[in-house]
Amino acid sequence: MEHYHMNLTLKIWRQKNSNAKGNFETYKVSNISSEMSFLELFDVLNEQLIAEGKEPIAFDHDCREGICGACSMYINGEAHGPWSKNTTCQLHMRAFKDGDTIVVEPWRSQAFPVLKDLVVDRSAFDRIIQAGGYISVNTGNAVDANAIPIDKKDADDAFMAAACIGCGACVATCPNGSAMLFVGAKISQLALLPQGEPERETRALNMIAQMDKEGFGNCTNVYACEAECPKGISVANIARMNREYLSAGLNADTK
Amino acid sequence: MALDSKIPHGEMKDKWEDYKGHVKLVNPANKRKLEVIVIGTGLAGASAAASLGEMGYKVKAFCFQDSPRRAHSIAAQGGINAAKNYQNDGDSVFRLFYDTVKGGDYRAREGNVHRLAEVSAAIIDQCVAQGVPFAREYGGLLSNRSFGGTQVQRTFYAAGQTGQQLLLGAYSALERQVALGTVKMYSRHEMLDVVVIDGKARGVIVRDLVSGKLERHFGHAVLLCSGGYGNVFYLSTNAMGSNVTAAWKAHKRGAYFGNPCFTQIHPTCIPVSGDHQSKLTLMSESLRNDGRIWVPKQKGDTRKASDIPENERDYYLERRYPAFGNLVPRDVASRAAKERCDEGYGVGTTKMAVYLDFKDAIMRYGKTEAGKTGHESADDKTIFELGKKVVEEKYGNLFEMYEKITGENPYEMPMRIYPAVHYTMGGLWVDYELQTTVPGLYALGEANFSDHGANRLGASALMQGLADGYFVIPYTLGNYLADEIRTTAISTDHPAFVETEKAVNDRINKLMSIKGKQSVESFHKRLGKIMWDKCGMARNAKGLQSAINEIRNLRNEFWSDVRVPGDINEFNPELDKAGRVADFLELGELMCMDALNRNESCGGHFREESQTEDGEAKRDDANFSYVAAWESKGEGWEMHKEPLTFEIVKPTQRSYK
Repeated sequence: MEHYHMNLTLKIWRQKNSNAKGNFETYKVSNISSEMSFLELFDVLNEQLIAEGKEPIAFDHDCREGICGACSMYINGEAHGPWSKNTTCQLHMRAFKDGDTIVVEPWRSQAFPVLKDLVVDRSAFDRIIQAGGYISVNTGNAVDANAIPIDKKDADDAFMAAACIGCGACVATCPNGSAMLFVGAKISQLALLPQGEPERETRALNMIAQMDKEGFGNCTNVYACEAECPKGISVANIARMNREYLSAGLNADTK
Repeated sequence: MALDSKIPHGEMKDKWEDYKGHVKLVNPANKRKLEVIVIGTGLAGASAAASLGEMGYKVKAFCFQDSPRRAHSIAAQGGINAAKNYQNDGDSVFRLFYDTVKGGDYRAREGNVHRLAEVSAAIIDQCVAQGVPFAREYGGLLSNRSFGGTQVQRTFYAAGQTGQQLLLGAYSALERQVALGTVKMYSRHEMLDVVVIDGKARGVIVRDLVSGKLERHFGHAVLLCSGGYGNVFYLSTNAMGSNVTAAWKAHKRGAYFGNPCFTQIHPTCIPVSGDHQSKLTLMSESLRNDGRIWVPKQKGDTRKASDIPENERDYYLERRYPAFGNLVPRDVASRAAKERCDEGYGVGTTKMAVYLDFKDAIMRYGKTEAGKTGHESADDKTIFELGKKVVEEKYGNLFEMYEKITGENPYEMPMRIYPAVHYTMGGLWVDYELQTTVPGLYALGEANFSDHGANRLGASALMQGLADGYFVIPYTLGNYLADEIRTTAISTDHPAFVETEKAVNDRINKLMSIKGKQSVESFHKRLGKIMWDKCGMARNAKGLQSAINEIRNLRNEFWSDVRVPGDINEFNPELDKAGRVADFLELGELMCMDALNRNESCGGHFREESQTEDGEAKRDDANFSYVAAWESKGEGWEMHKEPLTFEIVKPTQRSYK
């Protein structure tokens, strides 16, 4: 792999807090290595700002290996930037070339208010899980793990849905600010497994009710969520969620 | 104070059952009045908070991340051990216990480890019941794989995302309790001190990281589930926010710190690429099931890996350790890689890397697949493609991660790997009940020191975190709280709360008032370099003594020249980081003191003065068969010893040959 260095212009969203009005600021950085990660670029910029006596840019990040779901930058009009199936922290500078201008914004959605600069409040996702994203089994109640064989395909599909990292890129990229990929993934995971059966209907109804309450938009089959999802969660999960919701609703009416 | 490990009497296999049968209980009406504080929401914290909430205690859980789901347990890749013996390969509770004590190089407590092995099977049951999608075979039953330091297949996994799936299981159980009102969750809150009243832990001071405001919270007991301290090395596989602060504050308030120098350097990580490096990424140990580790036989060989013929490759682990081969424990594999690179056989631009090669595995799987479909005579290219699919299913996400970081395709060319700091076996000293030396203050998971001795086996961290949270603390905490039912909630206006909050406030103000020239990050990097060079994979007395002086000087420099921008009462990640680095600057010194004191090699702790003729670690049971528990004394420390006795697993020099 050939390495190179570059000079870049960064236009970054700055916002003091959730009540303040934000704006773009322009920064120049030089001698950036193609081997750096995108967040290491921010480390360099922040060190530069601190040295100049300015305030560094706040951004969410933690594991820096694409699994915790904390990082959340909207880069040149794409959630997590130009690479597909990728998080911001795993984006590397070889995606850019010398002289590029890079525009970085926070997730923008009514349900994700900006806390500061590029940091948003995604606690709505936790509240959706609280509404039913679990199987009600207290510690100590479990039967032997091999007591219930599960069809490998169902287990694999459940795993694919469970791979969601809760970053919110789906919401940020959706023109309607819909959270249906996130919610659909959790409903699917638990609907595919026999353990999830007893609460299947109430789960679908309650999680969707909470999703609506949080102010997320509706799905109009744009599929941008799937395209931008760092874990490649399929929109088939939204279809499954709709089926679950519909049949739960019908059964609720007849019960 | 004499250390009492409170290991129950009786036969090893009966200790935990007997304990559970006689432990004090708290009736449901009283549980509702008892408040428990849980710091951290990784596997240990989330499972503990959820289980205690289910039992009826009033729980408050805190995490510094924006959601409990982001705790660093999420990044664990390879798997979780359990003595299920589903593979009929001779596994048992005893074998898991034995392997763990031996793997830990006889520096763990037998009683604790046996309990860990006993509850391991129930963890898998619990997780499956929660909907954790472990890997399965075509028959629908659970799949297993092997990990280092063992000869059975007892590791359960979910591709290379086992930690994620287990944490999301524990997180969902936690969120369910939040919905039911038994747990109150505080995200973006960091614990900055423990409040001790009449010798007992009675609460915490936390900082709301969004508003910057300090808060006081009362609890009848405080559980620290705040993880390990590998980030003292600056570069590690830990998340950027992982820190020692909660454990360190507890230490300063009287909790002893056990074996601080026991650090695990993981053999298979993506090598450092330059000065900009902010963290290191692990490539799961499970890859050593199928990957073969090698370096060129010729020093300074600059040929591409594919141009080096088979007979000019040195598969040094297979050569040195034929019985375990590529699956030797982590400490052994790491030192062997360092040895080869130090001798000049390293590969890649920095020459500080070795190859992890999947070519043979891909072809082997490919042949099996071709055989299944009756295509035995398929050409190499077809076999390679068939085999690639199998490898992709097993490790696909890891291979993708490697390619994103390095820009190289590991299906086509071998991975380059090098050891990196990964886990800390040391931690707060706890007794059998997971209680620290401060009554009412407990430590669970990586935050405590108890189960892994001087080296942790792969896939055992997840097991211990969940064992502590789901199956140990629900029993042992009751034994303490049963005597607390008469204690009514203490007002947070109590002088101890006021004073502790003031101390926290003063320290924050001090940090902000220095207004020096150097960034927090630059101090952290310098500390990390001292630690890695002098308290890393190999340690000696001279280096450790000089490290102690260097760290003291660096700490003084920090407190006189650090620059923390922004304000206190706002979202200020630089201030959060400053507090954490200040604590690392104290911990680093203690780690070096502990490493200096322990003039033997054991597990991950390798003292150059103590090795066999062929360069293997040499333990010294006559002089060091004890836990070093350090008590904070103002500016310094006093060491206490907890002697280790072995009833069942008789210590021998470990051999994986």
